[in-house]
Amino acid sequence: MNAAVIVFPGSNCDRDLAVAIREVSGRAPAMVWHGDAELPDKLDLIAVPGGFSYGDYLRSGAMAARSPVMRAVIEAAGKGVPVLGVCNGFQILTEAGLLPGALMRNGGLSFVCRPVGLRIENSQSIFTNAYAAGSDITIPVAHHDGNFQADAATLERIEGEGRVAFRYTEDVNGSANAIAGLLNDAGNVLGMMPHPERALEKAHGNQDGRRLFEGLLEAVS
Amino acid sequence: MKARVFVTLKPGVLDPQGRAIHHALEGLGFDGIESVRAGKLIELELADSTSDASIEAMCRKLLANTVIENFRIERQELAG
Repeated sequence: MNAAVIVFPGSNCDRDLAVAIREVSGRAPAMVWHGDAELPDKLDLIAVPGGFSYGDYLRSGAMAARSPVMRAVIEAAGKGVPVLGVCNGFQILTEAGLLPGALMRNGGLSFVCRPVGLRIENSQSIFTNAYAAGSDITIPVAHHDGNFQADAATLERIEGEGRVAFRYTEDVNGSANAIAGLLNDAGNVLGMMPHPERALEKAHGNQDGRRLFEGLLEAVS
Repeated sequence: MKARVFVTLKPGVLDPQGRAIHHALEGLGFDGIESVRAGKLIELELADSTSDASIEAMCRKLLANTVIENFRIERQELAG
């Protein structure tokens, strides 16, 4: 798999994501700095990592979404290149307009850092095809701004189109409809607050995140 | 000239920070508070030639997330 991980100042899950991609696909991704205006050719995956890009200034993901590299990411996403945004990556993708809605301060105002239950709502996407629809998995979250909100019409549309990939099985952060992971209308962009790269190896306590990368590898091979 | 941009959550968007401030004020003994909404004030120093349309574009493109936020621009012409 020919992958790139975008690195912003303040990203802190970029290397974890790179390890996950390398472990599963056998090939290390290119690490692309936020100031780069171009991405490598023929990418099978662009991964936008978690962290606190630009110190979360203004709004989480707001500055990163306007950085030079994101113009290239938006263009690639438009051409169908798979884009995975995790945590701050999800926030960046909504700020960049690649996904609808916004991620606001957690309903309980606390930073939430623990493994949470997720239900697989859509097992047909390139990101979720290795999971069984309706099954429950456990993936860690670590965020302060994970409260997904969108207007009623948008929520109705994304639910109707089956674009909710993952839903929390408990109230984690106040998200509308307990949305934890969301696909774009074409299905090639996924944003999710939980960290699949932190549930990869036995030492992590569970390996439920590994199947996301395995399924993706299978889908793009 | 200066411009002040007020960024506020749209009506109906839940504001957990405002709610926490509300509770804290009540905890201090202030009563009669109906609701609290927290927002942002951004002050810009701009060339005098900057148009209203340009400031509005700044708001739409970066300063506010119009999915959840409204903005209001207040121009302050400096006395010459």
